[in-house]
Amino acid sequence: MSDVLLAIRGLTKAYPGVVANSDVSFDIRPASVHALLGENGAGKSTLVKTIYGLVRPDAGSMTLAGRPYTPAEPRAARAAGVAMVFQHFSLFDALSVAENIALGMENPPPLRDLSSRIAQVSREYGLPLDPRRTVGDLSAGERQRVEIIRCLLQAPRLLIMDEPTSVLTPQEVDILFGTLRQLREEGTAILYISHKLEEIRALCEEATILRGGKVVATCDPRATSARQMAEMMVGGTLKTPARATIAGGEVVLEVQGLSAASPRQHGMALRDVTFSVSRGEVLGIGGVAGNGQDELLLALSGEMRTAPGMVRLGSDPIGRCSPSERRARGLLCAPEERMGHAAAPDMTLTENAFLTGRVRERLARGGFVDWTGARSFAERVIRGFDVRTPGPGAAARSLSGGNLQKFVIGREILQRPEVLVVNQPTWGVDAAAAASIRQALLDLASQGAAVVVVSQDLDELMEISDRFAALNEGRLSPARPARGLTVEEIGLMLGGAHGMEVAHAH
Amino acid sequence: MDLSGISPVLLLASLIVASTPILLAALGELVVERSGVLNLGVEGMMITGAITGFATAVATGSPALGFLGAAVGGAALSVLFAVLVLWLKSNQVATGLALTLFGLGLASMVGQAYNGIRAPEMGDIAIPLLSDIPVLGPILFRHDWVVYLGVALVAGVWWFLNRSRAGLTLRAVGENHDAAHALGYHVLRLRFLAILFGGACAGLGGAYLSLVRVPQWTEGITAGAGWIALAIVVFASWRPLRLLLGAWLFGGISVLQLNLQAARVPIPVEVLSMAPYLVTILVLVLISSGRGRAALAAPGSLGQPFHASR
Repeated sequence: MSDVLLAIRGLTKAYPGVVANSDVSFDIRPASVHALLGENGAGKSTLVKTIYGLVRPDAGSMTLAGRPYTPAEPRAARAAGVAMVFQHFSLFDALSVAENIALGMENPPPLRDLSSRIAQVSREYGLPLDPRRTVGDLSAGERQRVEIIRCLLQAPRLLIMDEPTSVLTPQEVDILFGTLRQLREEGTAILYISHKLEEIRALCEEATILRGGKVVATCDPRATSARQMAEMMVGGTLKTPARATIAGGEVVLEVQGLSAASPRQHGMALRDVTFSVSRGEVLGIGGVAGNGQDELLLALSGEMRTAPGMVRLGSDPIGRCSPSERRARGLLCAPEERMGHAAAPDMTLTENAFLTGRVRERLARGGFVDWTGARSFAERVIRGFDVRTPGPGAAARSLSGGNLQKFVIGREILQRPEVLVVNQPTWGVDAAAAASIRQALLDLASQGAAVVVVSQDLDELMEISDRFAALNEGRLSPARPARGLTVEEIGLMLGGAHGMEVAHAH
Repeated sequence: MDLSGISPVLLLASLIVASTPILLAALGELVVERSGVLNLGVEGMMITGAITGFATAVATGSPALGFLGAAVGGAALSVLFAVLVLWLKSNQVATGLALTLFGLGLASMVGQAYNGIRAPEMGDIAIPLLSDIPVLGPILFRHDWVVYLGVALVAGVWWFLNRSRAGLTLRAVGENHDAAHALGYHVLRLRFLAILFGGACAGLGGAYLSLVRVPQWTEGITAGAGWIALAIVVFASWRPLRLLLGAWLFGGISVLQLNLQAARVPIPVEVLSMAPYLVTILVLVLISSGRGRAALAAPGSLGQPFHASR
């Protein structure tokens, strides 16, 4: 079989309590882009880690170009011509681009020669990159170019890409697709993992769909609709969120000229951010990660204090108020990082419910915790938002990402906020849970609350926002009505393609 | 008060000698911290090295073998730390503190038999020609071989970290251990080697106290030198060349306070002997507050346990 590059037969991998891959078989042909689709927890990550030598399968075999392929470690996989671009970038912030690339190579040439090779490859594939810059200062798109060039320098036969576009602006996605198509012309096979079905329809020739660790379907994405593919992934039909709009509510949250340095290393300072949200309205704030989203959330939640007048709730300046004071007044936040920020991983759901519900649900009396109240509050969240868990006594860590996210969002919604600010409400959450979270946010707005959704998922923002604004380098664009915005307009609001000046300089 | 008794040349020469123990210990800790591990047990490893080195030197009559014994002793204690922290995933801060307490107790027990014995003498090596340069010669080039070794190790560590492939890997592991693991590097193996190196260096530093500076065994001989070494690593923002400057600065302060005491400066002796430690605290506060911290560039994974499964 000369037209198959990588043949996978009966791969099985079980972890304690869960079978990640069960009898997975499919073929990847050379000079093609093969999509791997599936919900979170469907086993995609385990599968690609097996191919890259990070995980050893319990059973099954792989054949690479007709020869048995059993990589014991990533080094062996790279030597065999398999390269991988990771979802969470495997980069080192404090090191330079050239050093980062050298770390991913078997026998890197001296740094000076390497720098000129990087420059050469980056020109060839239209991926502008300066080898001397420190990775911590690069944008998400530029960081990804570092990973891709690291792979390209090894001239791989198979390139694995795990969710490559989730952090890119539309213009950067175009650049990436150009590079991938060029690689395909040159004979490289690409295994492409993504949640974004329209992208897969535009790029891939074949798709394998995983559900519960098994291959449930294969299809030609060019001849299958995104909805059909989504339903194959979920194994059921999808509901589109619906809402009743209320128009002309009064302004509840007003942010005026908010400027603040980031409290974090390699963070982004906020520069003159101004916006307002009214009752019954959903404001979507888009932007590529690292452009000030975390800092904006900190300034709104009260974890970072600002000048009093920069943040107003109703007409009261609250820039100096603590998170608890803001909660008492009705401004609630759900941060992005579920484990450790939105929830304490090793504490029970009851305890986690108490942590944010204390003020508004009156769960503490005279310095003592009202455990009965906290438990019943946690139970209400679990029931109301279909959180799959044995009960309120379960540790937050034991919940899957989607279930914990439903709990975190539900916990805030049940406290009847005047304003709810959420960051990445459906990040890493499967489609069914994502739809129910979006529906809950819309329901909250139609009950008269103001909702601010910060997200990198543009489709999500277009689906639920009334108005849309973009964060770019700590500045917020003026908000525009979301209906009727085109992808190009949004892309330009997000700052276009980062670092393209370098490309034109060559 | 009589400041004329303080000779600048002698002061600078003794500064270099006084800074050698903390330089050696700090250099080892710098490599450990660059690999992402925070070992607060420097004081314990130093004093263990001080007694094992002293015992070996007395038994063999050779100071050189004594230093070898000290390196082995310090490294042996660090193996305990490495196993606890790397494989049993214990908390690094707590384990490091325990290591210091354990090392102090162990050294005091082993040292019972060595009270009041003098260490074998170690001669100075005057480097031909260079040592004849006026002023600079006596300051820099008339010392024992361990002083030269310390400075050579600084250069060696600098070269290793910034020029060698293994050093780049070490920095990568300290910066982001998950990414290094994903690229197929052996995080725990590298950290184990770094911790061993740190233990050996701390041992050498301790032995320099018991074999050259004092030179005999007394209980609590390190007297907080390990903590100063830890502070210097932060002060130097994890860079070997700045570490040399930091060690000279702190060595200088401790020598100066001795000289000022001898010159009967009307400041209480207690305040003078507090000076190096006060400056240590001050430097740590200044450096870890607000803006200073961002400029510090601490290794990204410093102090975090590594779980290969994630």
